[in-house]
Amino acid sequence: MNKTAEIGEVIDRVQDGMTIMIGGFLGVGSPLNCLEKLAQKDVKDLTVIAIVNSYPGGSFDLAALFERRRVRKFITAHAGTCPEAVRAFKSGELEIEYYPMGTLIEKIRAGGAGLGAVVTPIGVGTLVEQGKEKLTIGGKEYLVELPLRADMAFIKGYRADTTGNVQYRGISINSNPVIASAAEYTVAEVNEIVAPGEIDPERVGTPGIFVNSVVQGYSLPQQQEIYRRMWTKSGYLRETIA
Amino acid sequence: MDARERIIRRAALELQDGEVVNLGFGMPVGVANCIPAEKNIVFQTENGALMFGPTPGWGDDDSDTANAASQPITLLPGASIFDIATSFAIIRGGHVDATILGALEVDQEGNIANWAIPFEEGKYLPGMGGAMDLVGGARKVIAVLQHCDKQGSSKVLRACTLPITGKGVVDTIITERAVFRVTPRGLLLEELSEDMTVEELQKITDADFEVDGRVPGRYRIDC
Repeated sequence: MNKTAEIGEVIDRVQDGMTIMIGGFLGVGSPLNCLEKLAQKDVKDLTVIAIVNSYPGGSFDLAALFERRRVRKFITAHAGTCPEAVRAFKSGELEIEYYPMGTLIEKIRAGGAGLGAVVTPIGVGTLVEQGKEKLTIGGKEYLVELPLRADMAFIKGYRADTTGNVQYRGISINSNPVIASAAEYTVAEVNEIVAPGEIDPERVGTPGIFVNSVVQGYSLPQQQEIYRRMWTKSGYLRETIA
Repeated sequence: MDARERIIRRAALELQDGEVVNLGFGMPVGVANCIPAEKNIVFQTENGALMFGPTPGWGDDDSDTANAASQPITLLPGASIFDIATSFAIIRGGHVDATILGALEVDQEGNIANWAIPFEEGKYLPGMGGAMDLVGGARKVIAVLQHCDKQGSSKVLRACTLPITGKGVVDTIITERAVFRVTPRGLLLEELSEDMTVEELQKITDADFEVDGRVPGRYRIDC
């Protein structure tokens, strides 16, 4: 079965009010092309679930969704890096639900893995415990955190074969394999699409059964150029004369 | 040397050879630059790597290799990469020896506040990121902050006023003026800035603290 698709086809599936999970961490390991096309689509009232927000300062990755006012609710561990999301939250246009990062990723994992809850000590004694069931196990208090699932997920990998097996590269694996498992329909944007067998089975980071569509993103050299430009602009990289 | 530089240099002394350490945003990331070569510290970045190294030179950057602040990093020999669920299993599961976190407030009960600034009733920014997991899971929690805010009010308090990140989790508090250990009896002043007396410190500190012996140690900055 060939899961290769055009980005336009998968974006057509997105409807008003859907819950969308997005892989990546502050813009690294983010499905940049899907996000750009999603932001351009006339869709509203999305609930977006992502571990953190956009690359600091905005105008990149997730920021486009907030800048085009596509999001009604944001479920995350940290919202502060996207100025437009902060503005919309302060003005009341955007609702934000925070979870500790480790709790959020486990809630998503539970959603994908068929578990009924996550039982964690993190957040006990803080605002996070408000409205949640508590359990005492072995004399220690835990919060009962419920699973999260989405209608669609967009993840970013390095390579995928046409059956949907995804290989990751570097630290950009981050939230992607967990998010891939927790949606009704998962789209993998990759640098390169290859034939089955090209990815060594031991190198498959997300098995193809979790992936519904594979779309072509930037090539690795293009991606390298984009991040180098961004990091240089942010002052994180300094151009030196060879 | 300004206050931040003093705090960073003093905090670096808390880390021991061989420890697995996670450094928070802001001041703490500077600690990595103050570790003497003979001390081997394994740094973790919560977006998914252990044993990362310094910022790459031009041309050595990799668009898939960044830290939790989305800045390019390098990986040292022995480094490993993992997804975020594994990264927080490492943190929550007690496999991180120490974390150094910037704080907005700390108090004498060992509480720390560093995630939520309210802007209206029940609404906060910017979010806790991985901080709640770190204070809950790391074996040693070191809070760093300037002793007073811009108005001169103490940030080392009897009780935090902002929403807390963790209850009774802090082991050590480092400001540019003093180093406190958090004990079951409260704060213990361990080191004091060379240009101050205990009485002067008391005047600028809201929290109660004890002094071990008659004279606290002198504030150490060796790096």
